[in-house]
Amino acid sequence: MPAIDVQHLTRRFGKFVAVDDVSFRVGEGEIFGFLGANGAGKSTTIRMLCGLLRPTSGTALVGGVDVSRDAEGVKRRIGYMSQRFSLYESLTVEENIRFFAGLYGLSEERYAERRRFALEMAGLEGRETMITRQLSGGWRQRLALGCAILHEPPILFLDEPTGGVDPISRRQFWRLIDQLAGEGVTILVTTHYLDEAERCGRVAIMHAGRLIGIGTVAEVKQVFADRPIVEVRVDQPVAAMQALDAMPEVEKTSLFGTAVHAVLKTPRAADVPVADRLRAAGLQVQSLVTVPPSLEDVFLDMIEKAGAR
Amino acid sequence: MRKAIAVARKELRQIARDKVTLFMLLFIPAFLLVLYGYALNFDVRHVTLAVQDRDATAESRAVVSAFVNSGYFDFTARVGGEGEIESLMDRNAVRAALVIPEGFGRRLRQAHSPTVQVIIDGDNANIANTVVGYATRILGSVSGPTVSAASTVAPPLSLETRIWYNSELRSALFLVPGLIAYIAMITAVVSTALSIVREKENGTMEQIRMAPLGPAAYVVGKSIPYFLLSLAGELLIVLVSMALFDLPMRGSWGALILVISLFLFGALGTGLFVSTVAETQQVAFQMSLLLAYLPTLMLSGFIFPISSMPQVLQIITYVVPARYFLVALRGIVLKGSALATLGVPMGAMVIYAVIVLGLASVRFARQHG
Ligand SMILES: Nc1ncnc2c1ncn2[C@@H]1O[C@H](COP(=O)(O)OP(=O)(O)OP(=O)(O)O)[C@@H](O)[C@H]1O
Ligand SMILES: [Mg+2]
Repeated sequence: MPAIDVQHLTRRFGKFVAVDDVSFRVGEGEIFGFLGANGAGKSTTIRMLCGLLRPTSGTALVGGVDVSRDAEGVKRRIGYMSQRFSLYESLTVEENIRFFAGLYGLSEERYAERRRFALEMAGLEGRETMITRQLSGGWRQRLALGCAILHEPPILFLDEPTGGVDPISRRQFWRLIDQLAGEGVTILVTTHYLDEAERCGRVAIMHAGRLIGIGTVAEVKQVFADRPIVEVRVDQPVAAMQALDAMPEVEKTSLFGTAVHAVLKTPRAADVPVADRLRAAGLQVQSLVTVPPSLEDVFLDMIEKAGAR
Repeated sequence: MRKAIAVARKELRQIARDKVTLFMLLFIPAFLLVLYGYALNFDVRHVTLAVQDRDATAESRAVVSAFVNSGYFDFTARVGGEGEIESLMDRNAVRAALVIPEGFGRRLRQAHSPTVQVIIDGDNANIANTVVGYATRILGSVSGPTVSAASTVAPPLSLETRIWYNSELRSALFLVPGLIAYIAMITAVVSTALSIVREKENGTMEQIRMAPLGPAAYVVGKSIPYFLLSLAGELLIVLVSMALFDLPMRGSWGALILVISLFLFGALGTGLFVSTVAETQQVAFQMSLLLAYLPTLMLSGFIFPISSMPQVLQIITYVVPARYFLVALRGIVLKGSALATLGVPMGAMVIYAVIVLGLASVRFARQHG
């Protein structure tokens, strides 16, 4: 039985369709990444899966429980960390832990044990009496995670957990996620950082409420199987983009830092004398290599195609 | 229930840490009381008075001595003509003047309802109106309904304002119950509404909604601290009023606490209702002001007597819970009324509390469904 089983899930707000006929399954212990631009419908999907928002139609089973039928049952089985920082800033570390333990009705013995666990996980031992407001972003994030899993939920929803956190803290945070998944916790995580998405077992890409791609990272990159990407470094990137766009074999170009990525329509990059033509156009080519598609390429490509439809 | 206690404990910790809220809940009420109480108490005593007795009969002298002996006026000058009064007032030597026309005594004896004139410096509209009230009452006590006061108030007090305030005598004692109602509204409605909406703004509400916690447990947990604090604040006001303004506490404390509690349930319900509608603290504050605070101030009989309001407003006052609270509170504190005699106002407060709590709970549960 999958941990999360979503079939034709739809949610409308008035006429606006925020989530449109979405179906997917997440297996136990899997890290499932949810990608999509702002407003794509990621949070709305998560809120339905947590029993917070009623689906307009479709079904969702979370831990085998139907979210439309037994929202409270779902809530007992899941942990959730919202997109916004959601601890009480004026309370101390310890008071926050105690409050959330109270919300989940933990017994005193269990509380003592889980409190130790949360403090250790967040690296906050010895700082129990610090006011949460004074903690740095990374600490807060780990404390929020600790508070979200005090009741040891088998399924965890993390909505943009690493927003506004420095790269080192993000790495620490992901180490915790890997660890939890290793213990069998199913994790559905949304993120705007594509390097984080690479760490997910499978990813789903959402656009305008619809699921436009799903699979392992390697699988979704298959959209570029017949379309090699060449990375060109030249003295004048903008002029190079114009020259490349003018070539019939080039599907599209985009700027990646100081380099230009060109997607070719032919399966073999060697068939197209790109460098020669650029030199003929008077540009100085510093390097030209075929690169594997990044998740960012995939993401942008899928959104472009979905938008064109 | 354990979860409700977890919420209440968290809320109390937050309040304890939030010095501004704590201050607002406990000390602002007492501070307001002292401020209003004293302003009303002292400013209108020892009003300097000039007297022009053009009649000089036994009757006119009786009126003058009634004014002087009332304790409200300090006899300052005896004058001959209108011009003198004007110059005394311009120099702020007197605030009021009593003019008794010739023939006053004769007309009174003939039962012709004679007129005396009271001229009041209208600088401070509140004082002026209070003085009008005193004068009317004193004249009433001198000779029944036969003497009427034609009080002329120097600008800037207009005729209209006079009608608004009416000339009812209201003492600080009478105002204390009003203040208690008004302060309960501020603390209970505003603080409850703000504390819940703040959780919406901060995103902690969403986290709470993701937890297996029924709406009832949240609401109860959230209300307990504000109920206790408001009740403590109210009792503090009563004690301060007893110490500073000689407020008599003629009824039983149990009855007082019961009546205040009934009123607070309604107030907490109102705050809760506001929090289900407002998304930001600013909107919540404005709504509380409009829904709770202004009606309590204007339509409860606290400042303006209900009997002198236009018909439409009088009808509206029936849905203002403070109206009933004032009746019950004045009854218990000033008259020592027994609970049994306060069935109507208490029933009205219960009905209000049930309706508003029900409405808020339904909205709240729906938002959490
Ligand atoms: N309660 C609501 N009422 C009306 N529209 C809503 C509501 N909640 C969300 N929406 C709309 O649904 C769309 C999807 O929102 P959602 O928050 O799910 O996006 P998201 O993918 O999480 O975006 P982000 O990356 O910015 O968090 C948005 O256009 C949003 O305005
Ligand atoms: Mg979102």
